[in-house]
Amino acid sequence: MSTEPFLVLSALLFTIGAFGVLIRRNAIVVFMCVELMLNAANLAFVTFARHHGNLDGQIAAFFVMVVAAAEVVVGLAIIVTIFRTRRSASVDDASLLKY
Amino acid sequence: MIAFWILAPLAVLAALAMVAARKAVHSALMLAYVMITLAILYAMQDAPFLFAVQVIVYTGAVLMLFLFVLMLVGVDASDSLVETIKGQRLLAVLAGLGFGVLLVLGVAQAVVSAPVGLEAAHAQGNVVGLAELLFTKYVFAFEVTGALLITAALAAMVLAHRERLTPKPTQRDLAEARLREYAETGRHPGPLPPPGVYSRHNAVDTPALLPDGRASDLSVSRTLRARGTLRSAPELADDVDETLRKIGATGRTRTVGDRAAGEVGPPTEGRTFPASGEQPDGDGTGGDS
Repeated sequence: MSTEPFLVLSALLFTIGAFGVLIRRNAIVVFMCVELMLNAANLAFVTFARHHGNLDGQIAAFFVMVVAAAEVVVGLAIIVTIFRTRRSASVDDASLLKY
Repeated sequence: MIAFWILAPLAVLAALAMVAARKAVHSALMLAYVMITLAILYAMQDAPFLFAVQVIVYTGAVLMLFLFVLMLVGVDASDSLVETIKGQRLLAVLAGLGFGVLLVLGVAQAVVSAPVGLEAAHAQGNVVGLAELLFTKYVFAFEVTGALLITAALAAMVLAHRERLTPKPTQRDLAEARLREYAETGRHPGPLPPPGVYSRHNAVDTPALLPDGRASDLSVSRTLRARGTLRSAPELADDVDETLRKIGATGRTRTVGDRAAGEVGPPTEGRTFPASGEQPDGDGTGGDS
């Protein structure tokens, strides 16, 4: 199994995630796109771990997963709080720091 | 490698569908598909521990969390397709394409050697190898991760907590509010009437008939009416009329049937019936027919 196809897939998924962050305005979908980017980075980590023959890459992917789980919890709590005060999950509506 | 060439195009398609889907729930399902595909790719690349963690943490926990929040925020909260910034979509497409081409080219040219493989690192198995690294070289990062998880859990609790600003209404408050509403608007303070029970049909989709022959608007669920699965009472009344005519009964049932057919309009009109009309009136046809 060669390494390049996995890396290209990872790059494509990362690009699609970044594109989604740019284009979507529903905060939850933007968040999902961020998750997709994290997953693409994980794929690159795992691929490079196999390529170089040591497990440091897999450890990095593991830490990315843990941090992503924590990030999702806090991010979704923020989205819920914003939705409660503004009745909207669109990122355009939350353009001010207060009010 | 065959598995890769099957999984990878589907994963890219699912990711594109995730970005393009208008409903957030569809996006979540597509994301779940991409994540499971990635889990299989991890398993292909000698990472069984990450395969399990990917399925359990991402597709299990994180996506469930997403779906919970979608439920809270409202499943039908779909995006409007109006561009708020002029030319944003075109610029995003250009930026995405440029970034993707750059990344793919750079990554594809970066690798020149053949992959080493994990056979040496997996001398004692994947999980043992990971654990050895995690509890020696990365033990500080591991500890910090624990602190991070506790902080995140606390943060979510603090953020999602809502302070009750008004006192909780007691049963007495509710009863007083109901009676005040009855005095001001005439809304009946008692429970809503149950759906119709006739000799031939007693489902919840049939409105009850009032003493004057009209269908009681309050006796059926609003959801059923919105869905359009309501059996109308006059329909049933006509049916009964016909049956009665066949077995030779005459007279008063006919008038009741006429009245029901005449007075009950389409379901939307039915909502405008005054609530006080639900009370049996002295001058209704119930008395004189």
